[in-house]
Amino acid sequence: MSSAGDAILAALPRSGGEPRVCPYLMAGFPDPEGTADLLLAAEAGGGALIEVGIPHSDPLADGPTLQAAGRHALAHGMTTRLALAQVELARSRGLRVPVVCMTYLNPVAQFGLEEFCRAAAAAGVDAVLVPDLPLEEMGGLEGSASRAGLGLCTMVAPTTPDRRLALAAARATGFVYCVSRTGVTGKGDPTEGTDLLDRVRALSGRPLVLGFGVRRRSQVMALAGLADGVAVGTRIVEAATGADPAASVREVVAELCGR
Amino acid sequence: MNGPGRLIVTAPPPRGRYGEFGGSFVPETVVPALQQLEAAAVEALSDPQFLAEFYRLEAGYAGRPTPLHHARRLSERVGRPVWLKREDLLHTGAHKLNNALGQLLLAQRMGKHRIVAETGAGQHGLATATACALLGMDCIVYMGREDMRRQAVNVAKMKLLGARVEPVGDPAATLKDATSEAIRDWVTNVRGTHYVIGSAVGPHPYPWLVRTLQSVIGSEARAQMLELAGGLPEVVIASVGGGSNAIGIFAAFLADSEVQLLGVEAGGRGPEPGANGASLGLGTPGVLHGSRSYILQDRDGQVLPTHSISAGLDYPGVGPEHANLMATGRASYLALDDRQALDAFHLLTRLEGIIPALESSHAVAAALRLPAGQGPILVCLSGRGDKDLETVLGWEPS
Repeated sequence: MSSAGDAILAALPRSGGEPRVCPYLMAGFPDPEGTADLLLAAEAGGGALIEVGIPHSDPLADGPTLQAAGRHALAHGMTTRLALAQVELARSRGLRVPVVCMTYLNPVAQFGLEEFCRAAAAAGVDAVLVPDLPLEEMGGLEGSASRAGLGLCTMVAPTTPDRRLALAAARATGFVYCVSRTGVTGKGDPTEGTDLLDRVRALSGRPLVLGFGVRRRSQVMALAGLADGVAVGTRIVEAATGADPAASVREVVAELCGR
Repeated sequence: MNGPGRLIVTAPPPRGRYGEFGGSFVPETVVPALQQLEAAAVEALSDPQFLAEFYRLEAGYAGRPTPLHHARRLSERVGRPVWLKREDLLHTGAHKLNNALGQLLLAQRMGKHRIVAETGAGQHGLATATACALLGMDCIVYMGREDMRRQAVNVAKMKLLGARVEPVGDPAATLKDATSEAIRDWVTNVRGTHYVIGSAVGPHPYPWLVRTLQSVIGSEARAQMLELAGGLPEVVIASVGGGSNAIGIFAAFLADSEVQLLGVEAGGRGPEPGANGASLGLGTPGVLHGSRSYILQDRDGQVLPTHSISAGLDYPGVGPEHANLMATGRASYLALDDRQALDAFHLLTRLEGIIPALESSHAVAAALRLPAGQGPILVCLSGRGDKDLETVLGWEPS
């Protein structure tokens, strides 16, 4: 197991208690230079692991809020390289929690799988999550990530049959991202994911992170003993639209953490 | 010829690969549905009852076989024989109905009664809405706001047929955005919904499935050429957006190595980024809408805007089998611009009394550029131009 994988396991222990909050930020939203500040704010609010979205023009798994944030970021000049530079800047300013980059295959492929993984690891990224890269196609990125000492997260969904679930669970070196329900980010009732968490728990020693549709403290509490982490994206990105994005992000993360 | 041409049914390519292109790059939520679709399609396409029902609808409802027309005055102009495969005479006015009927029969067989589709020019949306009315299925069509504006008649027709037309994106949104939104709907409602993709693009098994259903064009055209022209064409020409009419007609001639295959992309306003839809000519390999092919993108892998006078060719990707046919040299591709397509539109209208779709006008324009004095040309006239009148009459060079 990579040291990156160890850091993720330490941040999201499989303790059976209340899941840790994993805020998601869209790199370059609302401001190309402000992402490092928001990473630090999310940590200060109590985020145990931070997901950083690298924007893409055609994000198939994103709901309307994240699509709009990504469009805005691209229109204001955000790129893969600049997103990694923001992570590096946050690290230089003391960010300690694990960072997982979430993006789509094409930006990573154009960067070059090997080069992307090396650059991400050098910037202080711990793992990568690519929602449009299913298990059957994952081999290339898996090799590059492993050579760079970067963890790889796999995704499972309520529609995933048991035998695929076992494969996905076995191949995760970061965390296993459990999609709470069929759909895109930001909508629906995440407690629908309970069955999926039950099915996957015995299959993997990696942390289980539930995402898609989590917005409130009560939902985080309701997942105690089921998930090790909860990913919160749309609610955080909404908060980043305020007059003082860093203060709003910190406040919302703190509220989700029950602080 | 009696009855519709037969489908050219091949085994699905392993892992959906066409050389280094194709594949299936989609969120996990729909992976099992794609696997189910492949298995169901393989089974259905080997079931004589399924095929009989498909051919029955193609013959009695859609109007197959479509004629092969010897375009005598156009031939004189080009200086060699030109034959037109008249997909414009298919019900709803374009080749799209072949695919919609086949996929809807398949959806019924899989027990899925809610249908989503994307549309650009509106022809695929119209074909899907039509087939849904025929088969009593719920239909939601996603369409970019820019396309809804320029294809208002097709929007009205889809609504009359009972479909819900969902506007997508900002005012400039076109087929790419509609496709992304249709995929998002499918990801959300995958258990009871079938996604009818309109071209030979998208994740496996769609490029294979759409090609198979459109191969009826090629198998008819090939038999008609032998019967009416007395031999195979020297060149087969088709327009290429996603490339479904092209792959449908090419499919029957792939093994005839002496037959040249020529695809025509949208040159739009010119070769600069954002001004055309020439993915094969001007793009680079990348992943869009679930498959690896040539796409129009910047160096960070962000997909570029596109332009064509023809809404159906206004797409930044292309089917993966075309990417491979180009790579292997079996087919060649060129781009012709808005002006050239428009000139061909007017010419065909005056010479043959056929008003072609702007998509098909690109193919006619290519025929006009081939050297005179050689063997017969077969052009896939994929659709009729009624939908484009407003665009044509309002066109001003920019």
